[in-house]
Amino acid sequence: MPTYDWLFDSTGLRDWCDGEGGSSAPMSMADLMSQAGNAPDTSVWQTPFPSMDALNDACASFPQARDLTRGLERGFLDIKDSLSVVLDPLTQPLSWALEAALWLFQTTPWFVMIPVLALIVAVISRSARLTGLILAAFGGLAFINYYDYAMQTLAIITVCALIAVLFGVPVGIAMSRSDRLERIMIPVLDMLQTLPPFVYLIPLIFLFSVTEPKLYGIAVILYAIVPVVRLTNLGIRMVDPEVIEAADAFGMTRRQKLYGVQIPLALPNIMAGVNQTIMMSLAMVVIASMVSAPGLGVLVLRGIRNLELGVGLVAGFGIVLLAVVLDRSTKAALARVNAVQKG
Amino acid sequence: MTDAKISIRNLFKIFGEAPQEALAHAKAGMHKAELLEAHRHVLGLRDINVDMQEGEITVIMGLSGSGKSTLIRHLNRLIEPTAGEVVVNGENILHYGDARLRRLRRSNMSMVFQKFALLPHRSVLENVATPMIVEGAKKNDYETEAAKWLDRVGLQGQGAQYPHQLSGGMQQRVGIARALTSNSDIMLMDEAFSALDPLIRTDMQDLLLELQRELRKTIVFITHDLDEALKLADHLVILKDGEVVQQGEPQHILMHPGDPYIVDFIADINRARVLRAGTVMTKTTDPVPVDSEVSANATLEEVITQGGGNADLTFRVMNRDRQVGVLSMRDVLAALVATEGVKRTEAPAA
Repeated sequence: MPTYDWLFDSTGLRDWCDGEGGSSAPMSMADLMSQAGNAPDTSVWQTPFPSMDALNDACASFPQARDLTRGLERGFLDIKDSLSVVLDPLTQPLSWALEAALWLFQTTPWFVMIPVLALIVAVISRSARLTGLILAAFGGLAFINYYDYAMQTLAIITVCALIAVLFGVPVGIAMSRSDRLERIMIPVLDMLQTLPPFVYLIPLIFLFSVTEPKLYGIAVILYAIVPVVRLTNLGIRMVDPEVIEAADAFGMTRRQKLYGVQIPLALPNIMAGVNQTIMMSLAMVVIASMVSAPGLGVLVLRGIRNLELGVGLVAGFGIVLLAVVLDRSTKAALARVNAVQKG
Repeated sequence: MTDAKISIRNLFKIFGEAPQEALAHAKAGMHKAELLEAHRHVLGLRDINVDMQEGEITVIMGLSGSGKSTLIRHLNRLIEPTAGEVVVNGENILHYGDARLRRLRRSNMSMVFQKFALLPHRSVLENVATPMIVEGAKKNDYETEAAKWLDRVGLQGQGAQYPHQLSGGMQQRVGIARALTSNSDIMLMDEAFSALDPLIRTDMQDLLLELQRELRKTIVFITHDLDEALKLADHLVILKDGEVVQQGEPQHILMHPGDPYIVDFIADINRARVLRAGTVMTKTTDPVPVDSEVSANATLEEVITQGGGNADLTFRVMNRDRQVGVLSMRDVLAALVATEGVKRTEAPAA
């Protein structure tokens, strides 16, 4: 279909088009079929959109649509090596942290680990019921021999959520203090949040070796950091302007205002963000099992790949149990923060 | 007057995209409505000149949108003016840098807010001690000082509570105690009692007057309530649409309102309860035959009560055992209705 021919004929660029070596693009399916002489009858209703391919038909100097994806791939592969030189040492501590956490959670015997976890929850929640739930949940998982997998998942979440909070809170604070930074960051956060979780893995596979823990660590952190950044920013911006005015009127410095007023008053929101971050890292750590993240996700993957219905379902149930435990514990901590400063 | 504690000179504040351009129009004589119509800029304050004397309560009164809260925030530069000067203790604070401005806010001025603006995560005692904590005082040092001021505003032993556990009136007492802890000589009060119930409000006004008799601070008080203004003011400034309509001694404004707007404003108050014998009397120290004596500070209500409803009495007005004037019942009755000089504007038909 000579869709774009008129453009080059009328602007006198025909020579330039034909001069540049002709079509080097591989033949498309449609071309092949028309050469074979049985081109399908096309009615008006089936008229294709005049895409890049049509432009390429009219003028061979323009690339075909598929060159776009290939160009992107080439570009990425070209910068990959230099990018790795920078990113590898920067992210190496993440690998170490994940390896250390995995080692710690797995070598600590169950009869130490489970009471320690229960103790932590007891301290932050001050709730006997919740502590009982923890004991029952981990006891149950250990009883059906899923304890090791659960610990691997827990180790990864601990490290990734901690790092997400460590980076997310300062970014959120910076966003709350600069409208310009907020305008820049919000589309980035939107993208991180809406990008399908699998897509995170694709460029990371090219950048890092699949045997390195930091590959899935980065994917989990990127996915999980969004809520804590958002809610820190929101929480600080929502602090009663009159209280901020009072802080100014009594001559507080910016630092005194931040640590003495803004962060304490935003703490309920920040804690809600931490809760969400933990939940999202749990979701991502299952998907990251496709790039060698150990834990319950591996069993879910096995269930899908080998059609092992029972293994997949029980592992899925274990993840739910882990999620409930983490969610209740952080919510209990949040409730205690709220109780101190309601009204 | 250079000896005023706080002196505001030719202050303009314009909100909008290009305040400096709009400023030229405002200086050329444009008012709030025209400026908004023609140039899409909101005139916050226009050519304000007020002197506030040391040890006095200056009340700035106006309805919402009159710019009174904007004006008080210029005194400690929570809002920056578009043009003009704010002179405190003889120094133009608009020339201050950040550090000097912080020192002014920490040691020369304190502020009380309409919605209290206490820190909800700190105890009452820590809230009261805020000015000292900001200065880096240790717990031992600020505890006794804060407890002292907490006692002074009538909240003995409430220091361990959290603000949300107190009622509105008590929270504002904490707010006042916090302002007093800073030991500043200037107190800014932004509609400090407007959020309180009428009875509690009266209590708080009495508390403020009592504290003021003792402490003699320079107080700038914002209100939209005329009765409150008349009760507290040594110097009354009436704002409308960002401009000073009239300022002066409150009794003088009541007797000589300079603008139809003020006539409207004061039309509904109980003049007998507000006007004083010293304001209405004829000044004379000549001995004249009189029926009785009244104090110059007595309200007309008290004078009428003392006269027992008799309409042709004459009183000798006394100030500290000396005669300062005479007051006939006829003057009293005339003062209750008369608003000389300016005619009351027609109220629009409802």
